[in-house]
Amino acid sequence: MGLGGTLLLLIAVMPFAGALLPGLMIRAGRNVCAISTAVPTFLALTMLVVLAPSVMQGDVVQAQIEWLPQLGLSASFFLDGLGLLFAGMILGVGLLITLYARFYLSGEDPMGQFYTYLLLFQGAMLGIVLSDNILLLLIFWELTSLSSFLLIGFWKHLPEGRQGARMALAVTGAGGLAMIGGMLILGNIVGSYNLTDILAAGDQIRASEWYLPALILILLGAFTKSAQFPFHFWLPHAMAAPTPVSAYLHSATMVKAGVFLLARMWPALAGTDAWFYIVSTTGLVTMVLGALIALFKDDLKALLAFSTVSHLGLLTMLLGFGTQAAAVAAVFHVINHLTFKAALFMTAGIVDHETHTRDIKRLGGLRHLMPITFLIGTAAALSMAGIPLFNGFLSKELMLEEASHTDWFGSAYAVPVMATIGALLSVAYSLRFISHVFLGPVRDDYPHKPHDPPFGMWAAPALLVAMVVIIGVAPFLAEGIVTAAANAVTGADLHPHLKIWHGFTPALWMSVIAVAGGIVLLLLHKPLDKLWIAAPRPEAKAIFDRLIAGLVSASRAITEIGHNGAISRYLAIFTASSVALGWVAYSSGGLSAPTRELLPVSPVIFVGWVMLIVATLSVVTMHHHRFRALVLIGIIGLSISAGFAYLSAPDLALTQISVETVTIMLLLLALHFMPKITPKESSAGLKLRDGVIALGAGGGVAALAYAFLLRDIETISDYHLANSYEGGGGTNVVNVILVDFRGYDTFGEIIVLGIAGLVIYAVMHALLDGPAARRLKNTDYSHDRSRDRHPMMMVVATRVMMPIAIVVGAYIFLRGHNQPGGGFVAGLVIAIALLMQYMASGFAWTQERQRMEYHTMIGLGVVIAGLTGVGSWLFGRPFLTSDFTYIHLPPIEEFEVATAMLFDLGVFLTVLGGVMLMLYSLSRIARFAGETVNVDPMDYDPADRITDEEER
Amino acid sequence: MHWIILPVVLPALLAPVIGFVMRHDITLARIASVAGTVLLLAIALGLAYMAADGTTHVYRLGNWPAPFGIVLVLDRLSALMVLLTSALALIVLIHAISTGWDARGRHFHALFQFQLMGICGAFLTGDIFNLFVFFEVLLIASYGLMIHSGGKDRMRAGLQYVVMNLAGSTLFLFALGTLYASTGTLNIADLALRVPEIPAEEAALVRVATILLMIVFAVKAALFPVQFWLPASYSNAPAPVAALFAIMTKVGAYAILRVHTTVFGPGSPGTEDLAGTWLFPAAIVTIAIGAFGVLGARRLMPLIAFSVVGSMGTLLVAVAVFSTTATTAALYYMVHSTFAAACLFLIADLVVTRRSGDALQPELPTRQNGLFAALFFAAAIAMAGMPPLSGFLGKLLVLDAIREPGLIGWAWSAILIGSLLTIIGFARAGSVLFWKSTAITVPDAEDGETEDSAASIQSPLATVGQVAPVMLALAVLGGLAIFAGPVSAYLDNTSAQLFDRAGYVEAVLSPVEER
Repeated sequence: MGLGGTLLLLIAVMPFAGALLPGLMIRAGRNVCAISTAVPTFLALTMLVVLAPSVMQGDVVQAQIEWLPQLGLSASFFLDGLGLLFAGMILGVGLLITLYARFYLSGEDPMGQFYTYLLLFQGAMLGIVLSDNILLLLIFWELTSLSSFLLIGFWKHLPEGRQGARMALAVTGAGGLAMIGGMLILGNIVGSYNLTDILAAGDQIRASEWYLPALILILLGAFTKSAQFPFHFWLPHAMAAPTPVSAYLHSATMVKAGVFLLARMWPALAGTDAWFYIVSTTGLVTMVLGALIALFKDDLKALLAFSTVSHLGLLTMLLGFGTQAAAVAAVFHVINHLTFKAALFMTAGIVDHETHTRDIKRLGGLRHLMPITFLIGTAAALSMAGIPLFNGFLSKELMLEEASHTDWFGSAYAVPVMATIGALLSVAYSLRFISHVFLGPVRDDYPHKPHDPPFGMWAAPALLVAMVVIIGVAPFLAEGIVTAAANAVTGADLHPHLKIWHGFTPALWMSVIAVAGGIVLLLLHKPLDKLWIAAPRPEAKAIFDRLIAGLVSASRAITEIGHNGAISRYLAIFTASSVALGWVAYSSGGLSAPTRELLPVSPVIFVGWVMLIVATLSVVTMHHHRFRALVLIGIIGLSISAGFAYLSAPDLALTQISVETVTIMLLLLALHFMPKITPKESSAGLKLRDGVIALGAGGGVAALAYAFLLRDIETISDYHLANSYEGGGGTNVVNVILVDFRGYDTFGEIIVLGIAGLVIYAVMHALLDGPAARRLKNTDYSHDRSRDRHPMMMVVATRVMMPIAIVVGAYIFLRGHNQPGGGFVAGLVIAIALLMQYMASGFAWTQERQRMEYHTMIGLGVVIAGLTGVGSWLFGRPFLTSDFTYIHLPPIEEFEVATAMLFDLGVFLTVLGGVMLMLYSLSRIARFAGETVNVDPMDYDPADRITDEEER
Repeated sequence: MHWIILPVVLPALLAPVIGFVMRHDITLARIASVAGTVLLLAIALGLAYMAADGTTHVYRLGNWPAPFGIVLVLDRLSALMVLLTSALALIVLIHAISTGWDARGRHFHALFQFQLMGICGAFLTGDIFNLFVFFEVLLIASYGLMIHSGGKDRMRAGLQYVVMNLAGSTLFLFALGTLYASTGTLNIADLALRVPEIPAEEAALVRVATILLMIVFAVKAALFPVQFWLPASYSNAPAPVAALFAIMTKVGAYAILRVHTTVFGPGSPGTEDLAGTWLFPAAIVTIAIGAFGVLGARRLMPLIAFSVVGSMGTLLVAVAVFSTTATTAALYYMVHSTFAAACLFLIADLVVTRRSGDALQPELPTRQNGLFAALFFAAAIAMAGMPPLSGFLGKLLVLDAIREPGLIGWAWSAILIGSLLTIIGFARAGSVLFWKSTAITVPDAEDGETEDSAASIQSPLATVGQVAPVMLALAVLGGLAIFAGPVSAYLDNTSAQLFDRAGYVEAVLSPVEER
């Protein structure tokens, strides 16, 4: 990468680098702001001029920086004739627009923002025309969509601006996405995303079976951007933007991007029938249709917008012809269209700025009031009409020449006739622009008295018109750049000669017809206009709006059907799909033969099984009565515990029983604040649905369990059994797994419990601060309150049991490592003992008699367990490595001390704290609901009895 | 080398201290929480550096040899995920503190740290039962965070969230039971050794386990048809929590990548066909659901939530291909979409708290309307997958990685059309929120009071601390785009390592010297 490459990179970066400048410099004033926009543009243009001579001679300047090689995306740029032409236009017109906008924008418009967007857009456009990598090109392509969205919606308080911006984004965005697909296919065919490689592989691409999809997708991108029929409708609505934007986007840049892409991809894609028919037909239709609509538009900018559509159609058609001469004509017309159209937009802007209207029917006679504007506008419009001595004439002649010998589906007349009609309409609306705005008598009903604008405002269009005339008179001046660009498009070595007089060619006669017919049409405009207004025609915006509205409401319908907030439905779908997919997975694989026999069913087991089934069915039928359901759930839990015990899993049984007890007790307490009956909500159909799903799921689980109970498999548990005593220091392998082999799991689970405590506490607070608190306060719970809140018998019984329960807890805790038990169960046992105290004597009374904070208890538990794990680091061992030793302290027998016990203490504390914090939260709610605080342990304390003697 | 377990132990020890010792002083809790998260980020960076050379580090808990004890495994993928988590956490935490969200309920910081512990634990574990445990930790902590500060709608959405995810956990247990019964182990490396030995004609049970596990992970990843819980949950959660949840869906995606690649993926004759076959169509439908949801949304928060659903669809389309290239693309997209989603939720929070709600209807513009509009525009661009932020590159990578002729048509049309609908949806929303609002004038702007000052009475100015997290997230997205080359080189190695089953098994199961 030499100096040229560096300059090229700088050119590409310059607008982005400078983009923030105007946004900041606006604080220094409007002139500084405009200048700070012009500086990066000017610098880039200067560098381009430096590179121009060598490029004109056919050199290609290249620069490359690797970006994402895995994808084949690199920040590589190249500058050839075509790139030079477009980059020059983008930067040159960019400068003129900057100047023009400085005078056009009013003091209320945020000018800094405007110029920032403008530079971003300019940078994106430059990127498109300089990219040497089609993925990079895609990036810039989408960036133009985004930045033009901002520019079109610049007057964000106007609905037209917002809608126009969204429409442009939707249409060009859709095209851009299609183009992504096309470009990726193209890259896959060639094996490279480098444009240079792709352009060299034209034959390979055209021969590929993927050619047609790629072509269509890429053309979708180009056609939407260049507003080709039927995607033309967004362009007129984009005119809601400030006029400098329109002038820039619709003459030199945005819409030309599509044409540029067609030209750029010409060597790779053109030359097939598909290309010819799709591209040239689309172009032809667009050209005629755009011109026709333009003739009847009363809004100056709309007229120009549709004329742009028409001229873009013309360019597309030329490129679609696929001949070298047509490519030359296209390149030349790009230049000419740029000069006259930009000048015309600026003229329209001046007229609007001065008269405060763009409605042609309210204008006329301005030539006397605005002579300079008149001159500029007329010259540009004549060029647009294709009148000799203006540059538009030259390229139109070339176009008609090409059209005159183009065959279309065997017809030699279709294209020439249509092209002539297009040219004719073009003459008509161009002349209308002149005569209905500037000619005729001076009116006295302009919304604002017009006069010529300051020099700064007409300087830019004047310069453009000067070019219109110079090229029109001396076309050979443009030969150099046209040659360079056309050679870049076609990849051939052409030497076109641009001249005014070609002799009496068919094209000349077509031109004559066009001009004569155009004048006739203009004279007939009034009656034709009435006819046009009366005729029914589809309104593109209405169709588009309906389409979007339809899409939105369809989306809403689809979304809201599924996401309606019914958790039962979500669960039904979840369960049903689990069962279905599970079945599919199962049935598509084979199953080895069972290795075990079925065991005989003992009577005890049978009874237990029946109990379980009956209890379960009862829950299903009686769940509306919540209290009963809770009792039944208790039965199920106990049956399961019995099952564990029977199947030689005493640890599980012990845990299950204590967990069962604690949860049922807490649920009972909570039930106090809830309705005792659940309303019936499900219809019979729903119940049937849910029943079928439930049976399916239950049956599935049963089938699974059955399948693997009959098969032996070698598991890692054998290792646990073998190493429990030797490595873990315990004979109870379940406990050793819990606190040692998989102590980390237990660590996680006690944290779950601790978090649950915290969450319940937090929810309780949120509830008591919210509207639920009012409901709690206003509900009367007294009717289902027992008359004996704290019966003496219960108080005494729990008081007696307390020390016993604590001893049992301690015992279970200590023996855990070798016998069923452990910290988890011990925590629950102690919790139950405390729970009973609270239930018997009331929360307040009990609370006063213990000092421990539950929050702290949970925290301490987690920290102790964690630190036990961390402790092993000190000995250079991983987290939670346990150690144990045997201590002999007379007179007690030798006993074991294991670090696992410390870990188990953490478990114990967390469990205890968690349960108690839940209880505490419930009691807070109870007090909130009007529960009185008791200071006495029982309702009737015999000790307080006033004896008969005392009474006496 | 205890570094590997620090992302779990640090928050696990910090959280109780914050929750139980510092619970009366929010400032103290904030300092501790930020310090812990910064430290976590530093550790994560260190771990990423450790893993970058391609070594698979194994940490044997309790010094038991695998597969008998639990192991933590640090490879490039898990290091990446922990790094992603900690970076996101810091951004979200700053937002939560600067907007005062953390003080609107109890125990925010303790739950936040526990949440981080759960997420990091899930990413680091090499044991599938342990994964279940950490799913529980992050579920219960996320539930607490989700209903932080309460409110009727939030409580209801929270209930749905927890019920749906508990159903998922239950299924997880069934799946684990089936898996253990058919392989006899739950260590991922050991599974990766044993499952390939099961021939197709004996694979029925392990196939059931495969598919059930996929559904479990799909619930987390919000994949059709188990995505229903996500929109309501995310849009009703406190915004910083929703932003943090951007990583939670990725836990599901990560689990699929880890388990369904290493264990059940290519090379396991009994199960290799399953995941891709079902994941792909589900992901396609998920994209559609997300796109329709974005376009049809009436409120801003659900709109963003649906865009998260859509992005998960795109991510899982790439995952479903189960090739190294596609996995690289998936990983890049995963990093991108995490920050993009978080960024959107954070900016939405700044806007919504200054309006009467998140309904998409014009209202008086807030102060700094331009700033919010710009930030929203940038975040929306990222999410919709438009340049110049990383979304576009992510999308290109995904599109480019799908090469199977049968899949291209579906995947490309879903992703591209989905993008279009998302773009239109975001454009409509932004246009109403930030543009249409400017057309509203104050009904009775009297005494020469300008529009701006009237609006300013209602909306407080955003502080630097409130804007900084959004900016940070955007900077990450920008950096991800600029440094796409080096990033995807790392990710290339990551997916190569993920598909190197033998290397993983060897690293984890190689005998230890001492016990």
